[in-house]
Amino acid sequence: MGQYILRRIIQMIPVVLLVVVTVFIVMHMLPGDPILALTGSSSEGLSPEVIAEMRQQLGLDDPIYVQFGHWFAGILQGNFGKSTRLNIPVSEIVLDRIPVTLQLSGFGFIIGAIIGVGAGIIAAIRRNTWADIIVTLVSMMGIAMPSFWLAILGIWLFAVSLGWLPSSGYVSILSDPVQGIRYMILPAITLGLSLSASVMRQTRSSLLEVLNQDYVRTARAKGLAELKVIGWHALKNALLPVVTVMGLQLGRLLGGTVITETMFSIPGLGRLAVQSIMMRDYPSLQAVVLLMAVAVLVINLLTDLFYTYLDPRVSYR
Amino acid sequence: MTTETTRKTAVIALPERKQYDRSMGPINVLRKMIKVRLALVGLIILAIVIFAALTANWIAPYDPNLADGYHTLEAPSWAHPFGVDRLGRDLLSRVIYGSRISLSVGLVAVGIAGIIGVPLGVMAGYYRGLADDVINRVMDALFAFPELLLALALVAVIGPSLFNIMMAIGITSVPRYCRIVRSQTLSVREYDFVLAAKAIGAKNGRIMLRHIWPNVTSPIIVTSSLGMAGAILAEAGLSFLGVGLRPPTPAWGAMLNEGFPFLQRAPWLSFFPGFAIFLTVLALNIVGDALRDVLDPHLRHT
Repeated sequence: MGQYILRRIIQMIPVVLLVVVTVFIVMHMLPGDPILALTGSSSEGLSPEVIAEMRQQLGLDDPIYVQFGHWFAGILQGNFGKSTRLNIPVSEIVLDRIPVTLQLSGFGFIIGAIIGVGAGIIAAIRRNTWADIIVTLVSMMGIAMPSFWLAILGIWLFAVSLGWLPSSGYVSILSDPVQGIRYMILPAITLGLSLSASVMRQTRSSLLEVLNQDYVRTARAKGLAELKVIGWHALKNALLPVVTVMGLQLGRLLGGTVITETMFSIPGLGRLAVQSIMMRDYPSLQAVVLLMAVAVLVINLLTDLFYTYLDPRVSYR
Repeated sequence: MTTETTRKTAVIALPERKQYDRSMGPINVLRKMIKVRLALVGLIILAIVIFAALTANWIAPYDPNLADGYHTLEAPSWAHPFGVDRLGRDLLSRVIYGSRISLSVGLVAVGIAGIIGVPLGVMAGYYRGLADDVINRVMDALFAFPELLLALALVAVIGPSLFNIMMAIGITSVPRYCRIVRSQTLSVREYDFVLAAKAIGAKNGRIMLRHIWPNVTSPIIVTSSLGMAGAILAEAGLSFLGVGLRPPTPAWGAMLNEGFPFLQRAPWLSFFPGFAIFLTVLALNIVGDALRDVLDPHLRHT
């Protein structure tokens, strides 16, 4: 098992490298001179010698692979450069925002998983009744719904009209649990709903498949209470592909934080990405993109390993 | 007939359960009928959207960019069924014209993704070996970026023109096409007629073009329909964030962006464009699912 894990990690390395190189290449295709971006309008007063010296200092004269080497070495040490907007190290900004995005995506994931699995189970159990049809339709609509539109509707209903929930802002649940949750409800539901739609579908179809299997028949014939039959035997096996789907959709969830955080003014990584683009703060954008991509890769790896652990039939090739 | 009888004997020992699948039972016939109706509804909605896009010039009551400064932020009325935005432009006309942008973005983005992804997928699946490995790794790397974030970064780099947005969204969709085409190719290449073609000495290129390609089209069609839906959502998202199409372009996402600050005063500005996006994407999803049911009922629901 340990060997398998090691092998998977090694397999992941070239992909991570590719990701890193891609980010670097894309960022270097940016229009505009980096010197200009750093000094802004005051560069007009600088003499050409000073500019040339700056270029040399920043290593902009070196061949591209040398620049990449320096940049990569910096990344490994946690140095992502300086934000051109705020003039402080990017790593500081990013570190502040990681727990925020973690909280938001965590809640979103939990909500999405609970609603998705719950509704999927209901739909599978009460197959071909109205509950099933409603659940299927709702999941279909959930996938089609633009998350920001749903958020707008939610804000309009709960914040503007009813005034029950705040329409923006963030409170860490570590500092104030009640308020923290209150501020998280709308954003987390917005984020989690599209996840719940796909989870709903997958849970329903895989549970249906499992319920038709022979061992379920056996369990029923043995006289096991229906609840135990479904809740234990069937569900355990049905949830495997669901876990896979959840893992895969996590990347989409992270992408969704970009919109959700911007809408609700939540100071997380997604919002940082948008702000960086608006302010042309490319080092920050680079860091966020890199972080998120690596996070997705790690999550995929963990999901794979988790699945292997759960399903003994998968061989450790 | 015999299966029917043996089934009945097997079932006698257990209580009747709704969960056991009986394809010709009344419930499943009902389900099929609902599915067909749903597909029809999807097609009708899609037809309406396409119609609006094609005939926008004639059916839009006002010029979408005509700003009437005397009437701003008006609620829906007979003169302006969708209301008026903050610059005095009629929202209904803007929504109608917006369909053009959404549909064209969807089509072109999907086209780009297909043109890049399909050949790569066929090559990866057909040649296997090194090409397969390399292409797979590249696709894995692309797939690792959250789609919206990647499109965002690309648009930031290459600029927010209409075509650039289509390109960016298209590029982020490439891995999906590549994967699906590759797995289909993997199975098709084992078919007898492919082996036969190889036996008489057909060149690889010819095999790929004349034998593999026609059998790969059905998952491509399904993915394209669902992919268009995703592309439209992505474009709306980008425009909503302010990174995509900017005002005064009548794009649905941009309209939501404009309307958001006025949520309290003029909620209709946020409702109608969003509803248009929702309907279009829903229709595309329904049609895509229906196509999947028709073309290959063995494809798993994901």
